[in-house]
Amino acid sequence: MSPIIEFDDVTKVFESPSGPVRAVDGISLSIEPGEVFGVIGYSGAGKSTLVRLINGLERASSGRLVVDGDDVTRLTEAQLELKRRRIGMIFQQFNLFRSRTVAGNVGFPLKVAGWPKADRDRRIAELLDFVGLLDRAHDHPEQLSGGQKQRVGIARALAAQPHILLADECTSALDPETTQDVLRLLRKVNTELGVTVVVITHELDVVRAIADRVAVLEKGRVAELGSVFDVFTRPTADVTRRFVGTVLHDRPRPTDVDRLRRSHRGRIVTADVRDGSTLGAVLGSAGELGVTFEIVYGGIGTLQDRSFGSLTLALDGPDAAVDALVDRLRAVTPVEVAS
Amino acid sequence: MSAAALATAVGLAAANDDGFDWAFHGPKLVESLGETLYMVSATLLVGGGLGLVLGLALYTTRRGGLLANRAVFAVLNLVVNVFRPIPFLILLMVIAPLTVALLGTRLGSTAMVVSMSFAATFGVSRIVEQNLVAIDPGIIEAARATGASRWRIVTTLLVPEALGPLILGYTFVFVAVVDMSALASIIDGGGLGAFALDYGYKRWNFAVVWVTVAVIVVLVQVAQSLGNRLSRRVLRR
Repeated sequence: MSPIIEFDDVTKVFESPSGPVRAVDGISLSIEPGEVFGVIGYSGAGKSTLVRLINGLERASSGRLVVDGDDVTRLTEAQLELKRRRIGMIFQQFNLFRSRTVAGNVGFPLKVAGWPKADRDRRIAELLDFVGLLDRAHDHPEQLSGGQKQRVGIARALAAQPHILLADECTSALDPETTQDVLRLLRKVNTELGVTVVVITHELDVVRAIADRVAVLEKGRVAELGSVFDVFTRPTADVTRRFVGTVLHDRPRPTDVDRLRRSHRGRIVTADVRDGSTLGAVLGSAGELGVTFEIVYGGIGTLQDRSFGSLTLALDGPDAAVDALVDRLRAVTPVEVAS
Repeated sequence: MSAAALATAVGLAAANDDGFDWAFHGPKLVESLGETLYMVSATLLVGGGLGLVLGLALYTTRRGGLLANRAVFAVLNLVVNVFRPIPFLILLMVIAPLTVALLGTRLGSTAMVVSMSFAATFGVSRIVEQNLVAIDPGIIEAARATGASRWRIVTTLLVPEALGPLILGYTFVFVAVVDMSALASIIDGGGLGAFALDYGYKRWNFAVVWVTVAVIVVLVQVAQSLGNRLSRRVLRR
């Protein structure tokens, strides 16, 4: 299957008083139809620009960007307007039209696409039912909570039956519980309607909750790209490690290691925990080697339905015996010995 | 027929220079109020309409706007900046030849509407521009993301999104136009200003002046509270 979105060496340069800024710097990546693709990065990494290149709200300075069969860098503004009807977008601040009711907001893209009134009304009801706000059709946006506003945003974005949904920091203004509701709804959009979803965020939890694959962005470039599990269990870029550290505090920092050394005897080692890593069996053999162990630090969570984390142990015993135990651990999982 | 009634009948006011005579001044006051309302509403319609278009043009052509165009914005901005600071009394004189060319006369209420609309257009354009600038750019971005054309956004979204503050802006303009209409009477405009001037000030009959002031105060109050109520309803606050 060919990608639904394909960046090929795309660059976007903004002129600023202090000289040109390369917000997106030679990015190449492909997004497959039907997947939920995450783009994660700190603010200023270029992710908002990246997502706006897809629907042409920003025009690329160079490179090729094929979206749903058309190179959007070559489309005229009029052609782009037609293209955008097939690409929904939701925003951090929801950006609902204050002058229109919930139904009016959802109906706006349908008016743009020239749907007759009867069809519009039917579609509006269908969408509001889908997002669970059928009873709020005649309310105005300011009467809704943040989560409800984003639901209206999603209904509006889906109105004209797009193939792609762009979500720009869509949960950053919401509390954790509402965030989960909105993410569940996005999942439903993806699985039930088959819409390809591109999620831009600075929160690893968002990517972890719904994305299949992720690109880690730093200074307008892709620092790391792959399945969410691979990227976050085997991070190679510093920026990725920082993101992982924000949600899973499983590895002791140097100051933690110093403290552990003071309060525990023996060697401090950190072993990765994955599905199938038989850490327990190995540790069960510690006694026969004459080594005692204590679990002193660690954390295990799940990522894409798989276990992921690490445990830090204090291994106490004769040097040779501890060496032997570390070798046995290394046979089943990556191990880091604190120096 | 008494001398006073005779004087009234032939339109002489010799006997009405002391105090407000309801039989004599009343009908004239009503007629003047009618003229003022005509001038003010015609000006709001013409000047308010042209000002809205000019304000939309200023807003959309400015840097980063929907139809950003440096040259067009520079020209519009210059034109507004040239005409807006001209004192209205002087503008009345400047416009007089144009009014004559348009209507064949420089006198009367309709002639005043030409000058007043001209002046109001530039003032209104700035008020419209200011209120549009306050629209959240995210809302315009959301509209563009649906595939809406710039033209559709300008014609169907911008004004509704800024309607509450715009109503307050136009209420402010209403009061300013009432002020203009009074000034226009100095060069033979008609309306409440002319009434106060001819029957009050020129004859040193201050009862007439004060009654006129009261009528204008009430007029402005009514307009302001109507504007407030309307904008509050639009803003749903």
